[in-house]
Amino acid sequence: MKCLFACGRITVLALVAYWIGFGSSHAGENLRLLATGSSTVAPVMAELARKYEQAHPGARIDVQTGGSSRGIADMINGLCDMGMVSRDLKPSERVLHAYTIAHDGIAVITHRDNPIDVLDRARLIEIYRGEVRDWGDVGGAAGVPIVVVNKAAGRSTLELFLHYLDLSPDQVHSDIIIGDNQQGLKTVAGNRSGIGYVSIGAALHAQQEGVPIKLLTLEGAEPTIANVTAGNYPITRPLNIVTRKPAQGAVSELLAFIHSDEGASVIESLNFVPVR
Amino acid sequence: MTDRLLTWTLGAATLVVVSLIAVIAVFLLNESLDTLNRVGLGRFFSDSGWSPTMGRFNILPMIVASVLLMAGAVIVAAPLAVLTAVFLRFYAPSPVVDTGRRIIEVLAAMPSVVYGLWGLVVLVPVIAAWQQPGASLMAGILVLSLMIFPTITIVVHSGLTAMPQRYIEASLALALNRAYMVRRVVLPAIRASIAAGVTLGAARAIGETMAVMMVTGNIVAVPGDLFDPVRALTSNIALEMAYALGDHRGALYISSLLLLAVVILLVLINEFIVSNKCEY
Repeated sequence: MKCLFACGRITVLALVAYWIGFGSSHAGENLRLLATGSSTVAPVMAELARKYEQAHPGARIDVQTGGSSRGIADMINGLCDMGMVSRDLKPSERVLHAYTIAHDGIAVITHRDNPIDVLDRARLIEIYRGEVRDWGDVGGAAGVPIVVVNKAAGRSTLELFLHYLDLSPDQVHSDIIIGDNQQGLKTVAGNRSGIGYVSIGAALHAQQEGVPIKLLTLEGAEPTIANVTAGNYPITRPLNIVTRKPAQGAVSELLAFIHSDEGASVIESLNFVPVR
Repeated sequence: MTDRLLTWTLGAATLVVVSLIAVIAVFLLNESLDTLNRVGLGRFFSDSGWSPTMGRFNILPMIVASVLLMAGAVIVAAPLAVLTAVFLRFYAPSPVVDTGRRIIEVLAAMPSVVYGLWGLVVLVPVIAAWQQPGASLMAGILVLSLMIFPTITIVVHSGLTAMPQRYIEASLALALNRAYMVRRVVLPAIRASIAAGVTLGAARAIGETMAVMMVTGNIVAVPGDLFDPVRALTSNIALEMAYALGDHRGALYISSLLLLAVVILLVLINEFIVSNKCEY
């Protein structure tokens, strides 16, 4: 009973100490920001947010995914503080303000055990139109069917990739439709005859983690950070943060952090090309 | 006095729940009406395909997919679940009963995304090694049956435990063997529990989103066989709601309304089976 009483007192003391500490160090700094949109930008944003929160106690940045179109729609409807969009703004979206935080490319990926290393644009078009259905016809293992992994509509990775191939969504023959990058990576990693496309940053990161995928060379350019930086890789895109009004207050502070050396090293560690 | 208080509290709680369901239904109906008027119900079943941004709204393949997924999962899971429950109640030694029941309870409470992830990383590659592309109706049915199996087992097992002891005593007095007793006495007596378990399981199967989206391939087409990819109504809502506008959004609300209707239908069928049980 005595112990219980003592313990109780200690708890109360600890609580009081906590409150005092909490009150002094966090005074006036209670900030919450919500970022929604592209699943390519989300991991970068989440990591940047984590670092920013460490440096600014009391700040909290929530990151939700759903594709670039969601980032745009949420921003227009005022449902978020920052929209994440992994492409340039379209003319109809120019009412929004875009801040480029990094550059990325789109990599064509297959299973690690696929003998193919290189595909040209014409072969890719045939594959995505469903005209070529066998890996043997494009220089791979004969008799192995090609399983085409495509992205769900509304995803900017899909729009950019189809734009590069000059195909409309209706012309694509797909066997599997996936949502975000992670599902795409797991699907291709689990299917030896699959072919898909995802963000280069996400693909390189997964490869470093041991996911059995291979990034194909496109038009003679390997999908590497160096080639994206130099502009040698054919499918590149900016990763943007969009806002309704010009960024101010907390959002502009966060952008300044993203464009700092510390932000750049976070972005590089996730295999994207920072913008300074 | 306290009794009256309790009656009012319970009544109020019930009213809140019931009106919430009504509010959701009215909301869905309200969001659907504009599109229904503009597009017309018929086109949701007769258009040449599903590309809502281009004004084509055929959701029939996805209805077929959802129903096939649900039916398949129930056909696989329900018999296994009933057999497991009977085994645990009448055949298993008591340590097995306790651990078995506990494991099944854990399985029932497991988040569906865990089943989905397992399906995507383990099950789909196994199926793909046999029949491409792996992500398929089959994968969806297997993952769903794994998910609803524990639910049905628990409900049926509870039914078996709550069954009047005198049925068993009477069977023993007649010197019936256990197999005969299970078939002719026990199973008919717990028909309502089985129906309730299957209804719960079926409702969970048709409403499941994440797990299904991860393993079925999400191609909008009526499947030719078990190994074709399909897109369920729920997956479609999850994949497209985030960016859908105008009639596209309305079409997704109509899908939600349809799902709600199917669940109501399931409950009514269950009600019908339960109300007929006094034959035995």
